Amino acid sequence: MNNLRRLLRSDSMWIPVLSIVIGILIGAIVMLAGGYNPLLAYQSLVEKIFGSPYDIGETLRQIVPLILSGLAVAVAFRGGMFNIGVEGQIVMGSLGALMVGNMIDLPPILHGIVAILVGALFGGIWGSLVAIFKVKRGLNEVISCIMLNWIALYISHIVIKTFMAEMGTSRSQPIHDSASIQIAWLSDLFGGARIHWGFFIVIFMLIGYYYYLNRTKWGYELRAVGYNKHAAEYAGMNVSSIAIRTFFISGAIGGLIGSFEILGVFKYMAIAPNTSGIGFDGIAVALLGMNTSVGVFLSGTLFGALYYGAQGMSFGADVPPEVIKMVISIIIFFAAAPAAIRMFLKMFRRKPKREEG
Amino acid sequence: MDILSNLINGTFVFATALIFASLGGVIGERTGVINLGLEGFMVSGAFSAAVATHYAETAGMGGASPWIGVLCAMVVTLIFSGIHAIASIKFKANQVISGIVVNLLAASSTFFMVKLLFEGAAETPIIDHVFHKWAIPGLSSIPFLGNAIFTAYPTTYIALILVAVVWFVMYKTPLGLRMRAVGEHPGAADTAGVKVNRIRTYAVLVGGSIAALGGATIALTAGSSFAQSTISGQGFIALAAVIFGKWNPVGAFGASLFFGFAQALKDQAQIYDWAKSIPTEVFYMLPYLMTLLILLFAVGRSSGPSALGEPYDPGKR
Repeated sequence: MNNLRRLLRSDSMWIPVLSIVIGILIGAIVMLAGGYNPLLAYQSLVEKIFGSPYDIGETLRQIVPLILSGLAVAVAFRGGMFNIGVEGQIVMGSLGALMVGNMIDLPPILHGIVAILVGALFGGIWGSLVAIFKVKRGLNEVISCIMLNWIALYISHIVIKTFMAEMGTSRSQPIHDSASIQIAWLSDLFGGARIHWGFFIVIFMLIGYYYYLNRTKWGYELRAVGYNKHAAEYAGMNVSSIAIRTFFISGAIGGLIGSFEILGVFKYMAIAPNTSGIGFDGIAVALLGMNTSVGVFLSGTLFGALYYGAQGMSFGADVPPEVIKMVISIIIFFAAAPAAIRMFLKMFRRKPKREEG
Repeated sequence: MDILSNLINGTFVFATALIFASLGGVIGERTGVINLGLEGFMVSGAFSAAVATHYAETAGMGGASPWIGVLCAMVVTLIFSGIHAIASIKFKANQVISGIVVNLLAASSTFFMVKLLFEGAAETPIIDHVFHKWAIPGLSSIPFLGNAIFTAYPTTYIALILVAVVWFVMYKTPLGLRMRAVGEHPGAADTAGVKVNRIRTYAVLVGGSIAALGGATIALTAGSSFAQSTISGQGFIALAAVIFGKWNPVGAFGASLFFGFAQALKDQAQIYDWAKSIPTEVFYMLPYLMTLLILLFAVGRSSGPSALGEPYDPGKR
């Protein structure tokens, strides 16, 4: 009972919850102002998420990359660093997985495993570049991330067009069937939704993230650097190598996202004018989830469901799905500015005290 | 010779939007507020410029329409720069995240508005009254320079004047001294009676409006409508120009010219046969790759204003 009371009083629970509530409310106001029916819109959003086994499966598919992206951002965050380069790391991971899946012949199962690992390695190397630039040349990670995102995108275009062009389309040739990581029977169960082994791997990643951070020496060093870089250095930790290691891990998780999307969902890589945006969403997931395993799981699930459900809003209530992106950005605003929520809370919390007195 | 003068002319065409956006970035960042929201300010600027110009045109304002568009871009973007200012200065949010929020919000709300205003369309209607290049009488007939420099969009001339103005204000006036002091030593500035958070707020607001001009420039010169691809990453290049130019208006101007040159090169180079064998993506990649290489090897450790990214809390002085 005491624990419950403490939880109800702690900001760490109220800030994300109230951020979500305010986001949804403002979204409703925007819809009202635009002449739409917000109740119908949110109803069709929920119906889309749970509407059929297929929809549930596809919602789950949407959640996996968001959780992973949140983890990728969170692990760097805990070390006091900003990884806004997950976008590029996803592209490089996709490219690595695609190259193995399309250009190499291997027996089934092994083929998928090798492709996943190569994708993660590509992402990891791309991520560690950021840290190397920062450590060796003092280059701000935000800037190098942005540049590397675009460079990765165009490298992928060049490689696809040169080696794996599918004539007459703006996408690559598909991967070989032996490299697919889809789970056929589970997919059938969910009405053909694209469900893959990544679902199970993501659970291990969440547990692994918790274990790494709280139970290993490397995780301890990471948190120490995040709390106080100078103190960690004074205590004899090699801050440079911790940064490079962390960005490698962060990038490898990004690469994993790309691998899963290619091997489990799309089977090909599109020559798109822009990166997917999942990497930027990861910042929101990590922030709302307060960089913890459980938090990232919950917020990734929320955002994934909202994104998938948004498609239902345009059918059900004729509302442009951009509204959901607005709702999500408002949620991030309040999660990033807890002082705004605390101002609200103060107004509510004073009242009961007066009654007592 | 023609090629070279076309190249210089193209450099200014592409650089203009970046000059505006990076100047806006310099103003805010110099007072200590990181600005990742430049992209969002440009999106909002391009959107409001395109929509306002369209309506002004339909109302029969003729040649004045794009100017009304420019004005609306500056005013409407105050909403987004205001959000950034409130989050990062009043509520002391992480400034990088606040900038990302602005980008997300600007992108989603403008596309929502486009769909709302134009019955589900993916872009604004095409504008007839866009800006046209002005040839400065006399000067534009100088053989090489006439085409290279003295035949340009009006926005380019405004951008050049603004560089001088911002430089003058920042380095030659008491206000500029205060702005720089707030970015370097907010505590000391406060002691000397400077209102730290007020100066920062105004800098973010003014910077946002100037960055919006960059978006308006793109919508009203290079393109003649607003769509999802109108800005696509230009704001981030402008941010790189701020850092590349070491938080100095003249430096940011130089960096913008450099990025403009890289883009103009892409257009000019593709005319040649030898260049056609190179994948176009190499040219697309060029500005980003060159930025990265230059920041890595030529600029050295670039350090910004010392209080950059730190919210100022008077109580902690």
